[in-house]
Amino acid sequence: MNHVISVLVENKPGVLARISSMFARRGFNIHSLAVGPTADPAMSRMTVVIDGPEMEQIIKQLYKLVHTVKVTELEVGDRIDREIMMVRVNAEPGRRAEILEAARIFDAEPVDVGIATVTFVMSGEPARLADFLELMRPYGITDLAKSGRIAMAKDPKSKDAARTSLRSA
Amino acid sequence: MAETLTGAQALIKALELEGVEVMFGVPGGAILPAYDPMLDSPMRHILARHEQGAGHMASGYAHATGRVGVMVATSGPGATNLITPLQDAHMDSIPVVAITGQVATGSIGNDAFQEAHTWGISMPCTKHNYLVTDVNDIPDVIHEAFHLAATGRPGPVLVDIPKNVLASTMKWHRAGRLDLPGYKPRDKGHPKQVKAAIELLQAAERPVLYLGGGVIRAGASQEALAFPELANAPAVTTLMGRGAIPDSHPLCLGMPGMHGNYTAVTAMQQADLLFAVGARFDDRVTGDVATFAPGAKIVHVDVDPAEIGKVRNADVPIVGDARSVLVQLTETLARKLGGKPAPARTEWFEALHGWQEAHPLRYEQDPEGPIQQQYVIQELHRITGGDAVVVAGVGQHQMWTSQFWGFERPNTWINSGGLGTMGYAVPAAIGAQVALPDQTVFAIDGDGCFQMTFNELIAAAVEGIPVKIAVMNNHALGMVKQWQRLFYNERYSAIDLTDHTPDYVKLAEAMGCVGLRAEHPSEVGPTLEKALAVDDKPVVVEFRCDPDAMVFPMVPAGGSNDDIVLSADDLNRG
Repeated sequence: MNHVISVLVENKPGVLARISSMFARRGFNIHSLAVGPTADPAMSRMTVVIDGPEMEQIIKQLYKLVHTVKVTELEVGDRIDREIMMVRVNAEPGRRAEILEAARIFDAEPVDVGIATVTFVMSGEPARLADFLELMRPYGITDLAKSGRIAMAKDPKSKDAARTSLRSA
Repeated sequence: MAETLTGAQALIKALELEGVEVMFGVPGGAILPAYDPMLDSPMRHILARHEQGAGHMASGYAHATGRVGVMVATSGPGATNLITPLQDAHMDSIPVVAITGQVATGSIGNDAFQEAHTWGISMPCTKHNYLVTDVNDIPDVIHEAFHLAATGRPGPVLVDIPKNVLASTMKWHRAGRLDLPGYKPRDKGHPKQVKAAIELLQAAERPVLYLGGGVIRAGASQEALAFPELANAPAVTTLMGRGAIPDSHPLCLGMPGMHGNYTAVTAMQQADLLFAVGARFDDRVTGDVATFAPGAKIVHVDVDPAEIGKVRNADVPIVGDARSVLVQLTETLARKLGGKPAPARTEWFEALHGWQEAHPLRYEQDPEGPIQQQYVIQELHRITGGDAVVVAGVGQHQMWTSQFWGFERPNTWINSGGLGTMGYAVPAAIGAQVALPDQTVFAIDGDGCFQMTFNELIAAAVEGIPVKIAVMNNHALGMVKQWQRLFYNERYSAIDLTDHTPDYVKLAEAMGCVGLRAEHPSEVGPTLEKALAVDDKPVVVEFRCDPDAMVFPMVPAGGSNDDIVLSADDLNRG
């Protein structure tokens, strides 16, 4: 099962190496890891997607690193997550129109067009990205780059609102 | 006006401010600038003969005192030679700080002479590490390094400083306030958890306290005795926890684990509550985890939350300092008991006493020889009255020392438990003797271990450090031989250290030490007396021991603790 963990770390040289080395030496399997600055320039946020049944030991080992400030597991329903990808698809002139039509439905933006390929940029929920890739697979995917997932907890107030609306539905 | 100092001067000053009295090291190119201001410092520097020796000396010093040990080395090979002592200290939670030189910042990454990626190499074997690129950071980094090494779960911290940073200048300033937003070790345990733990203890019919090295590191020995006394519960002390409570105490069952005594091992197996304090359910204690203490509920007290639930789920986890939590536990229990005595647990104690009587640790010393290592250990204990700091390497001699010494006080047993570093004893004993110049420090070493690090005795001789080393010469890598005998059909491979080479007496004398030898059991006592009378130089005593002796009891690696083997005959019977 995939777990999404948001890790707030001090923005110090080598902090990414410390975290990835810990994952490697403890035998934890990472699916993706994305790092970037936060509103506070002294801090960075890592979003880690991890395969595995047990998160407790991973979270404790993260906390053990001196530069780790806060670790939060983001549960489905309590998180907002996005991923960005670039995908290059075989697009013979005769099939180009149907490919572009599918892309329009998925909000995938064509950013590079060659004689026999089209390249899209698409961002969204990881599941939606996966759906688009499935749709493109029969045409032939020649290249793919994904950013890894970034995620954030929902504002607690918005969560309450969402729950209320679900209940009333 | 603030004085202008070089980075090297600032480093030495910062170390002095941390209260460092002695450093163990070897100089070299990149660390040269730091060795110059050392000449003007009251801090003592012991010149080790190999950086690994310097590292274990710092660890022995820290073991003996609980204070931070300091090792110094140059870049490249100097730093890589520290990796074994750093990992050793990491596994056993020993507070040490390593200072390493690095090539100049402009050369980093260029495969410069004596360049190694020390920061990267040392990362997984330190609690934390630094590469200092700005000379102005030195006071803060040194202060943080000592703070991290000594607090929470202690451990090694490395500070790598490029040569040009050491050589450049700064306006001296003392370290500012610690800025470690992610580092907050817990002191007290959660009161609710403490209460829950006491409830489990009150209800338990067969409780066992499982005291580890964390009790000693936390300076919690008194508290670790007061608690089981009030609770009327027996306790085992692990290899790293030996001496946490006195072996002579009626509640102390001794050492559990692969070479633990029958009662300690079986008590854990039969317990309905294991109450772990500062212990980490190491595989050498648990054996096969699936069959370890199958009926026991677990209370786990540790300052490192990651240890709790790592190997075995805890029914009641308590994160906190061993001493603080033991005080809370004792107070809570006292309130609960309200002046009444704790449960008598008569059946449990009868069972324990029965096992102790039926299966004591045993060996036989034939008066005609050969010398048994256990006999040497017991003779040394008799002659010193147990008033010595005992240091061991790794192997049979280590297990026999832990089994037979009879530890009465904490910090009197120094050995490499987690990493199992052969060669640990000689340098660690030197470090302990430097820390405790008026104490008897006696290393019990194997001949295999001794041959790895005896060169450090040259440093000890030159410095007049009167450490004593017993070389238990069974002319073999004894523990490996034991395993080959038991598990590889007596096919002995690469274990023979030969009968007469080296001549340990001549070797000792060549290094400036006193060399003694005992070949017959009747010589053991008198030779030890002779060794103990020397107080101005190191002594090496060779004991020519039984080459075929084996350590028992034994739980074969990965086996269940229920299948503890008491003697070779047991094993042969299947």
